[in-house]
Amino acid sequence: MRFACLPAAIIASLTFLNAAAAFEIEERATYAASNPQTELRIISTADRGVFEPILVAFQQKNPTVSIDYVIASTTELMKAVHEEGEVFDLVISSAMDLQTKLANDGFAQTYRSPATDALPDWAKWRDQVFAFTQEPAVLILSEKAFPTDDYPTSRDALIDLLRDQPDRFRGRVGTYDVRISGFGYMMATQDARVSENFWRLLEVMGRLDARLYCCSGAMLQDIRNGDLAIAYNVLGSYAQAQLADGGGYRIVLMSDFANIMLRTAVISSNAENVTDAQIMVDFLASLESRPDLVAASGLPAIDTDALQSNVALRPIRLGPGLLAFLDRLTRRNFLRNWEASITQE
Amino acid sequence: MTFPPLTRSIRTRLFLQLAAISALLSVALFLVVRGLAETAAEATQDGILSASATSIADALRSEDGEITLDLPYSALSMLGTTNDDRVFYKVEVNGETLTGYDDLPAPTDAPTISRNTFATFDYRGDEVRMVSASRTVSAGGVPSNVLISVAQTRLGLAAISQRISAIATGVGLVFFLVATALSLLAARSALRPLKELTAAVTRRGPADLRPLAIQPPTELEPFVSALNTFIARLRASLLRSEDLIAEAAHRVRTPLATVRAKAEVTHRKLNKPEHRQTMREMIRAIDESSRSAGQLLDHAMVTFRTDSLATESIDMGELVRETVARLEPAADLKDATIRCTIPKQPPHFTGDRILLQSAIQNILDNAIKYSPDDSDIAVTLTAVDTLRLDVSDQGRGFGDTDTNTLKARFSRGANVDDIVGSGLGLTIADEVARAHGGTLAITRNEGAKGACVSLVFPLQ
Amino acid sequence: MRFLLIEDNANLASAVAERLQLDGHAVDHAGTLDDAESCIAAADYDLILLDIMLPDGDGRTFLQSHRRAAKSTPIIVTTARSEVSDRVSLLDLGADDYITKPFDFSELEARCRAVLRRRGGVAANRLTVANAVLDSTAGELQIDGVGQTLRNRELRLLEVFFTSPGQVFSKSYLLDRLFSFSEDVGENAIEVYVGRIRKRLEPSDAVIETVRGLGYRLVAKQ
Repeated sequence: MRFACLPAAIIASLTFLNAAAAFEIEERATYAASNPQTELRIISTADRGVFEPILVAFQQKNPTVSIDYVIASTTELMKAVHEEGEVFDLVISSAMDLQTKLANDGFAQTYRSPATDALPDWAKWRDQVFAFTQEPAVLILSEKAFPTDDYPTSRDALIDLLRDQPDRFRGRVGTYDVRISGFGYMMATQDARVSENFWRLLEVMGRLDARLYCCSGAMLQDIRNGDLAIAYNVLGSYAQAQLADGGGYRIVLMSDFANIMLRTAVISSNAENVTDAQIMVDFLASLESRPDLVAASGLPAIDTDALQSNVALRPIRLGPGLLAFLDRLTRRNFLRNWEASITQE
Repeated sequence: MTFPPLTRSIRTRLFLQLAAISALLSVALFLVVRGLAETAAEATQDGILSASATSIADALRSEDGEITLDLPYSALSMLGTTNDDRVFYKVEVNGETLTGYDDLPAPTDAPTISRNTFATFDYRGDEVRMVSASRTVSAGGVPSNVLISVAQTRLGLAAISQRISAIATGVGLVFFLVATALSLLAARSALRPLKELTAAVTRRGPADLRPLAIQPPTELEPFVSALNTFIARLRASLLRSEDLIAEAAHRVRTPLATVRAKAEVTHRKLNKPEHRQTMREMIRAIDESSRSAGQLLDHAMVTFRTDSLATESIDMGELVRETVARLEPAADLKDATIRCTIPKQPPHFTGDRILLQSAIQNILDNAIKYSPDDSDIAVTLTAVDTLRLDVSDQGRGFGDTDTNTLKARFSRGANVDDIVGSGLGLTIADEVARAHGGTLAITRNEGAKGACVSLVFPLQ
Repeated sequence: MRFLLIEDNANLASAVAERLQLDGHAVDHAGTLDDAESCIAAADYDLILLDIMLPDGDGRTFLQSHRRAAKSTPIIVTTARSEVSDRVSLLDLGADDYITKPFDFSELEARCRAVLRRRGGVAANRLTVANAVLDSTAGELQIDGVGQTLRNRELRLLEVFFTSPGQVFSKSYLLDRLFSFSEDVGENAIEVYVGRIRKRLEPSDAVIETVRGLGYRLVAKQ
């Protein structure tokens, strides 16, 4: 998952194609240590802007570790690690299903430490996949379209609203194009798994000529400039971070249920610098104890208390169940149904 | 049959045997518990795998003449409920992979519609357990054979197995320890009758030759009955011996008494001094032999009784008074006076009354014998620090004889040729003293005539 | 004194009886327990000498029945055994004393005297010469009602003289009466004791005379 797919200028200026790498790199940054002794190679889906505070803090604690930080999309990341066997020490991704597949298919190393033991059971799998953030998918409503407190907070209410006032929202509802967005696909499959309302909502949105997006950034852009009134299944942490830049929208945590994505780290099975990768995993696993980093990165740390205080929050479960939606036949059938619903063909 | 020292103890042998059996049972218990638990764990995994394969099979459908499938989320997620094992699956239609892991091997044992098959093999670096199920699905009117395989690594099973092994080891160990402790108790309790029997025999006084009245366990009945037979024989034999000794003493002493009486009568009637002297010597010879016989019997009795000392509470003051009273006539004959000093409340002493009386009598007898006419014999009982009986006379003492040798058998002072004696008196007293943990002390009276013979016992 | 001697060995019995008679005692002899019972029924005895092994029963049963019948005649048991345990049980059964065979007659006499003294109640055995009275049971010499307690040998010596006043007793005879056979003493030891009883008799009208070359005799002053 990428936070942004637009900053082509940055890509142009920073992308220097690795000769051996057939996968597509979005950005690459090297953080040289003051006293370099080792190098930690990370492949990640998180933007540099988001992750840099964490990397810098890590380097303050471990001043001898240089960090090579490579950013790629979830799909490209999977391609690099799973298919092409690129050498990275640590794989950080928001695609829980793909991270699970990495571990299931033997591309991850087992690691246990007091820090990982302290993680709740739902935040790790096989001692190979370690979650360090919990980020809900949210409903974004334009303030112009919903100036008052009268706005939907559940899927049922949303469906009713869209059905009742089709003219008001025609062409002004947006969601992920799950065919190209890994995050969108994962959220859609989880929605479908949890509730039959998903297909009804999709059909309603299809009838209103819903607009499909590659990424959260574009959706928020259109909300801000008034093209969209409603954006469904936007990554909450990103929307929260962007709210400061101009605002103009409302973030709604659905009261019936809100899927929570866990950003996870995996130590690659072919890692060359296992030690530093492990230190980084410990560092990430204890993110909760660094509120400064949480604030700087906008990444909410693992917090069981928050989940207990709001029963609608449902962390997506790590484990073999996630593999079901990666099955190509299942995916093909799902996408076929999705297309049928959303395009109303 | 002889055993090495360790195993000569029945208890040790019993205990070792029971402990060995416990150890075997513990190992067996360990193996059974682990085997059962592992079988159960494996069955559980097989059951979940089967459920998963069935769930996938049930999702098969035909669409546009093709077989297709929406992999149920639960089919795979259920495999992650009990452990974190890796999961692989493959769906084949007529031998062609429909979806899943292409390289997952085909089952060696082909499943049928009614029977799933299981296989265990290495796959992608781990041992996996695979279930295969078979279904026939009609696609476009043509029945196709669909093979569903679901595999899962067995790390969770290994972890369970490890945990079970640890528990089984614990159970086995606890069983062993408990069983061993119980063996110890059992061995002890099994041998308690023996201990009681031993105590019953040991407790007996020297003269107690009644049969054992205890009710032994069945196994010990022959032994107790044999022991009782032996006791009966011993008692009969002892009675015979006692009767024999009594009879012998009677047979010897009665004629001696006759001779002595006649000799005294004759002595009285004789007038010539030389005849009278001869008769006197005869009488003294008779006295000497009878006295020796008496002391020999006494000494034998002392030896017998000290082997198994009777223990009764004795009022020592009373005992001394009685013995003195008994010997007073003999002292009177010589105008000797026995002066008795006994504390008002002499301590009770635990010991053999007959032996103690014999010792005191022998000491007093000696003192009277060696006392000059018109002399005093001081008998003093004290109970300060030790229980001490001093018998002090004004006789000739023991001369230069080493006081220690006086205690030896048939040893007499160097200056007593003119007095009848066997030399056993002090030996008897000494043996009695030692049997009671005390000593016999012989001291010369400083600055005065005579000697002091003391019995010294520790206060109880 | 009158003795009942219960003894199955006739030889020993006659020897003992003869010996006691020498000292002036009367002795009846019973060879069996049956005989003894008849004797006791017929006469009063000062003392019974009982042999413990008898043909028609154990002396112990006699002791027990005698004591049960509450008869007061003292009994001294003569036994051939010498074990202490035996002696103790005899005393427990009611014997007043015991003496081991063979016995010294002077010791027997001493024991009889001791038993009788312990028992008391027996009629005083008084011998009188002039104004001197010898109470041998109490061991006392009374002159004009004034008593002197005598030592053992003094008493025995006085008994000899008081039994036969006027009779001359040789030194050797007196020696036999006074000293046991186990004691080796010279005849002049007698002079010491005669000296003592003379002193005892001084306040009285009785006196011990020396009969030159023959011995001593007790006479009343003229």
